[in-house]
Amino acid sequence: MTTTQETAPAPEREEIITGCDAVAQALRLLDVDVLAGYPIRPYDSVMTAVSKMIANGQMDAEFIVAESEHSQFEIGKHASLVGARAFIGSSGVGWMYGMEALVVTASLRLPVVALVGNRALDDPGAFGVEHNDAMMVRDTGWLLYWVESAQEALDTTLMAYRVAEDKRVMLPCALSMDGAFLTHSQHMVRVPGEDTVGAFVPPYDLGDRRFHPDNPVSIAPQFNEDWVMEARRQSDAGMRRARAVIAEATADFHRVFGRGPADPFVDTYRMEDAEYALIGMGTVGMVGKVAVDRMRAAGKKVGFVRVKWFRPFPQPELRALLRGVKGVGVVDRDYSFGSNSYGGVLYTEVAAALYPEARRPVLVPFIAGLGGREVSVDNLLQMEETVERATADGVADLTCQWIGVRGPDEDPRDEASTAEGGAR
Amino acid sequence: MSDETSVGAVDVTYRGIFQKNLAGVITKELVKAARREDKVGGTVQRYGDSPERNGIPAKQFAVIADDMDSLRVEMTKYEPENVVVVCVMDDTLTKGVESWAWYGVRPINLNLAPGGTLLVISRRSPEELLHWIPRRTYDWNLAVMPGEPSFGGLWVYNDDGTDYRTMGAVAKVTGGLVSLDSLIAQAGSAKDGDLRTAQLREGYESVQMHPIGAGVGAEDAYVPVEMPGWTQMREGLVVPAIEVGKNNTLFMKYTTRTTRPLVKFDACVKCQICYTVCPDECFIPTPEGHYDINYQHCCGCGICAQSCPVSGCIEMVDESVFESNEPLHGVFESDPAAYEELRAEKVAQAGGANPHYGIY
Repeated sequence: MTTTQETAPAPEREEIITGCDAVAQALRLLDVDVLAGYPIRPYDSVMTAVSKMIANGQMDAEFIVAESEHSQFEIGKHASLVGARAFIGSSGVGWMYGMEALVVTASLRLPVVALVGNRALDDPGAFGVEHNDAMMVRDTGWLLYWVESAQEALDTTLMAYRVAEDKRVMLPCALSMDGAFLTHSQHMVRVPGEDTVGAFVPPYDLGDRRFHPDNPVSIAPQFNEDWVMEARRQSDAGMRRARAVIAEATADFHRVFGRGPADPFVDTYRMEDAEYALIGMGTVGMVGKVAVDRMRAAGKKVGFVRVKWFRPFPQPELRALLRGVKGVGVVDRDYSFGSNSYGGVLYTEVAAALYPEARRPVLVPFIAGLGGREVSVDNLLQMEETVERATADGVADLTCQWIGVRGPDEDPRDEASTAEGGAR
Repeated sequence: MSDETSVGAVDVTYRGIFQKNLAGVITKELVKAARREDKVGGTVQRYGDSPERNGIPAKQFAVIADDMDSLRVEMTKYEPENVVVVCVMDDTLTKGVESWAWYGVRPINLNLAPGGTLLVISRRSPEELLHWIPRRTYDWNLAVMPGEPSFGGLWVYNDDGTDYRTMGAVAKVTGGLVSLDSLIAQAGSAKDGDLRTAQLREGYESVQMHPIGAGVGAEDAYVPVEMPGWTQMREGLVVPAIEVGKNNTLFMKYTTRTTRPLVKFDACVKCQICYTVCPDECFIPTPEGHYDINYQHCCGCGICAQSCPVSGCIEMVDESVFESNEPLHGVFESDPAAYEELRAEKVAQAGGANPHYGIY
């Protein structure tokens, strides 16, 4: 899908709004038809924002508050199936509760867009950010993106519909946003004019899959072993084609709005001659850049890479960027208890992405910022020092370090775990 | 077991619910007996089947091997190969087998290995059965063990000895895939060991083998369904609907039927209830307001007979007395008296209408 119209940079206006408000603004500009919701903090600020716009006559949409996340997601799925542009969202265990509906939305290839306001999974009941909630759909055919700023939240919502609804892709897209720092903080956001968005995102067209009395079809019958693998391969093909569609959409975004990201898949900061790098997702990118500036001022050649699209995972970009880098620290704001080196999900993905490289950097896993704990510039400086030390010592298999947790690195009462950790 | 291979499978083709436990007992006991001969084995319930549906054709296999490697290969298949015997637990299954989730009506002997045996429990002669059983391109054997189909339920086992008689017959027709001695030893360890032993011997002795040459039997109309590749399938799990007034040619359901609805058209009050309640849309309106029946798609559930307000108008009649699925209203149209004669004859042949309306 290409947008041929050459448009002058849009008449944008700056507003001071939260990340959730920014998503709501995008939904208004996109003229979304059906929004389903069920309140849970922190994502639910988008419900409030949308309700206000509908009440004020600024937006014309069906806004359905369901009795649970599962119903909410099913409503979004069915709306999408009859040809409506649909939006859903949730946080933490709410997202998990609707998991069955999320999985079938992906396998039905319906381009629903969701906001995940990242929140720690219960228990304990906690509002703060962890990335585990959104991660749960990473293997199911959802496109998955982590934003760093409210501006990026607005822009990526536009991008999400453009990519998801592309005939070559037709997969749902989840937009992840760190709870508190983006969902409940107000940032400077440039809101595009309405006329420009239409030039960027064409009308939603489900074609001959549209569920309608004039198009009698069965959707999602019982399939057995003689059909399922072919259906999975189709989803896989959609995800493989997504990379080119994302690149195309990013180029078009520049053309239509006169601004946009340099790279569609990763946000790189001062990586040109970097000897060391830190990798993270979401708002860690904000402090990551500050930390890099400070280290550069001190004469260290350090850069930061923020992974934006988690699905499709930016393997080509990471391989190219980290080729020649000596040591890399991966900052996970999630956990995957018992996984490789006891690191998080991003660490395992990055390690796998780099595996085909002949010369791989020393890779150090970190877990930080769980449950909404702040990740400070000092935390990142500490991580970089650990990476440099491991690289100098030639320790290529350092067990994951928890940064910002109270207490010692190892439990002194647990000789066995200390011994194993030390041996690695 | 033949010389060149160390693994053989026993296919028990049965009717869902009515014979599910029967198939389970036969296959499991065969394996247990084989274990007494230091063989290895297991059973495979064909996973695409849905045997918790009344009468639907389904399969369970006993796999018996000399070594673990041969067993492992077969136990990772939906349908184990080298089927040396197919046990047909109801002779109307010889009309064809359509599984719940597989495609097309398959010949009862489709997977029978060359030289293998189709073991049918029946009161019919081999000639009568060959009227329904499709020909093969190789030689095979038709074995008939005299008996009625043994129907039970999911929770009620029909302990009439069909299980042990069938096992005895399997020992005979396979020439020792499992020996009669092992079966007797295994049965002796069970409750009622003497009775089981007698049943094993009865099956062993009563079964009659008939060699069938290549090319002998009914026409083989089976054409495997061509499965599309992933680039040929519509995306998003979309399947085109069957047009109104048409039926799904890839899923006909008639092989599920053990009794069929037979209509006394001159008693019909044209109330449309059968037409409305039939879950498979098998009733075809005729110009004068009767409802003919599409027997290709009728699964014999009997809801029509239960719902018909006129006593004796729709009756469920044993399927085995019918030769074809042709609709019958045409006979009535051309000669109502001749039709009534035919109808009465079929009911009589079946020993009367089934009072259970087809539902057990």
